[in-house]
Amino acid sequence: MTITDETPETIDGAARVRQRGDDAAVLRLSEAEAAAIGTDATTPDDDERVLLNMGPSHPSTHGVLRLMLEMEGETVIRSKPVVGYLHTGMEKQAEQLTFLQGCTNVTRMDYASPFFTELAFSLATEKLLDIEVPERAVWIRMLMSELNRISSHLLFMATNGMDLGAVSMMIYGWREREEVLRFFEKVTGLRMNHNYIRPGGVAADLPDGWKGEIEALLELLPPRLEEYDVLMTGQPIWRERLQGVGTLNTDEALALSATGPILRSTGYAWDLRRDQPYLAYDKVDFDVIVGTYGDCYDRYAIRLNEIRESMRIVEQILDKMPSGDYRVQDKKVTPPPRIRIDQSMEALIHHFKIFTEGFKVPEGEAYACVESPRGELGIYMVSDGSSTPYRMHVRGPSFINVQTMPHLMRDSLIADAVAIISSVDPIMGEVDR
Amino acid sequence: MSDETAAAEEAEAEAVAEEAAVDLRYGAAVGESHGDVVLHATVETYLDVCSEARADGFDQLIDLTAVDYLTYAGERTLPGGLTPERFEVVTSLINHVRRERIRIRTQVSADEPTIPSLFDLWPGSEYLEREAFDMFGITFADHPDMSRVLMPEDWVGHPLRKDYAVGAIPVQFKAASNER
Repeated sequence: MTITDETPETIDGAARVRQRGDDAAVLRLSEAEAAAIGTDATTPDDDERVLLNMGPSHPSTHGVLRLMLEMEGETVIRSKPVVGYLHTGMEKQAEQLTFLQGCTNVTRMDYASPFFTELAFSLATEKLLDIEVPERAVWIRMLMSELNRISSHLLFMATNGMDLGAVSMMIYGWREREEVLRFFEKVTGLRMNHNYIRPGGVAADLPDGWKGEIEALLELLPPRLEEYDVLMTGQPIWRERLQGVGTLNTDEALALSATGPILRSTGYAWDLRRDQPYLAYDKVDFDVIVGTYGDCYDRYAIRLNEIRESMRIVEQILDKMPSGDYRVQDKKVTPPPRIRIDQSMEALIHHFKIFTEGFKVPEGEAYACVESPRGELGIYMVSDGSSTPYRMHVRGPSFINVQTMPHLMRDSLIADAVAIISSVDPIMGEVDR
Repeated sequence: MSDETAAAEEAEAEAVAEEAAVDLRYGAAVGESHGDVVLHATVETYLDVCSEARADGFDQLIDLTAVDYLTYAGERTLPGGLTPERFEVVTSLINHVRRERIRIRTQVSADEPTIPSLFDLWPGSEYLEREAFDMFGITFADHPDMSRVLMPEDWVGHPLRKDYAVGAIPVQFKAASNER
């Protein structure tokens, strides 16, 4: 082996993902074309290759992801993720709802991590309104986000285990996640789809005794995570199943617009919480977890360790939680407190106005983004001065990360395809919106 | 001869820019919106602006979407003397080294909603451009697979256009009886 000092240019490192035509990993075939091919071979001169349909109703496709696979024996050559089965036009719907109602809509997109979409929506609205939320609201938002990251990654642990045959892991992951959701229910009233983070702050203050609950949670989780290590991390079957499967390098991940654990698994340390801090992430101490090989195992290990980092952040939030108001006292966006409604007619009218007409947001456009458990989640919002967004676009990390699947699956076995789908961790509610 | 015309055109472009007193970056007028850098391009300059941004270290395309300004109630003034069009393609880029973001807003006319694809620069634009095509009917020239992504393949219309009505479509249930 001779080592040359030639460094490959970025453009060459990503040449594989730029391919068009038959050499590409992406199968670009319409439904009609696929139906015409049917069970025949896809390439005329080579009768080995056939099309195989997987999903949308398949136990390991995480909802309704459908894959069109071009197989050669048991090897996947090209593939095409077919999405849209859950499309309900949420971006169109957002144009009918006021800025206050908007959170109830967006929270249903990524149902495994609803706080992040609420947060991005609120941050974008606040950017347009040009208001700053009080310190305590910022820290409550951060607390809920990090707990949500834990619950979302625990859900990943459960489904990833399930997909790879560690069926008991399904129950363990769900069990721990439930503990986190119980806290959410106590704070927001709901286990999912909270509508808790709203433009101007949060819906309610933390309940009495919240500190004790979190302390109990932080005590409960570490031994459980060590159980996962015994059950999965160090286990030879688990390693065999994941190591070296579905690899991607940094150039390819960047070229494919991948973010979150997929990008970090390639060894690229990019985390919005550290690199473009929002909320008060610059006031807490944590590490960005990166991988080395960009394979399924790295993506699993990153998520497991991110749970630990999130717990570290939550611990610091416990110490640093400031006192004060949990929402901005700007009469334009904040309804009067409940008690005032009984005392004052004006307060009643004010309350009624905000919830029926909504508040008006100045003209302009803004983009706000947060680091969700799946990558960069952004909201692009255009307002024309009325009380509903003129346009709301969601940059969904799952939607964009689905693009990496054909490249991860290229030349791997169909059994590994299941591991790859699982390690990309798409939430179909957000892919299809 | 051609050099002269090119020089003349360049001088003219500079004069226009000077007149409007805007800065140029990668050949596009620079604006600002809530702390973000926004570049304003046209369909003709779009690809050059993006290539130059990429050469300058914007290594990832983070987002691409479109906006239909058909019923926009507010005022639309663009820097650099650009004419507002019905559609706007909004491209967000990120430079990881400088930790910098830019947003490129490109005016696309309703008569000919076509704009070059960014697939060769950032292949990650594939799904985002398909989504913009699906929802707004904007065609991305030289895209490897210009097809619908979220709506069914045989769907008629582009749902996020402002003249696409919001309403109910009749759904017939086989089990439901017509007698009431």
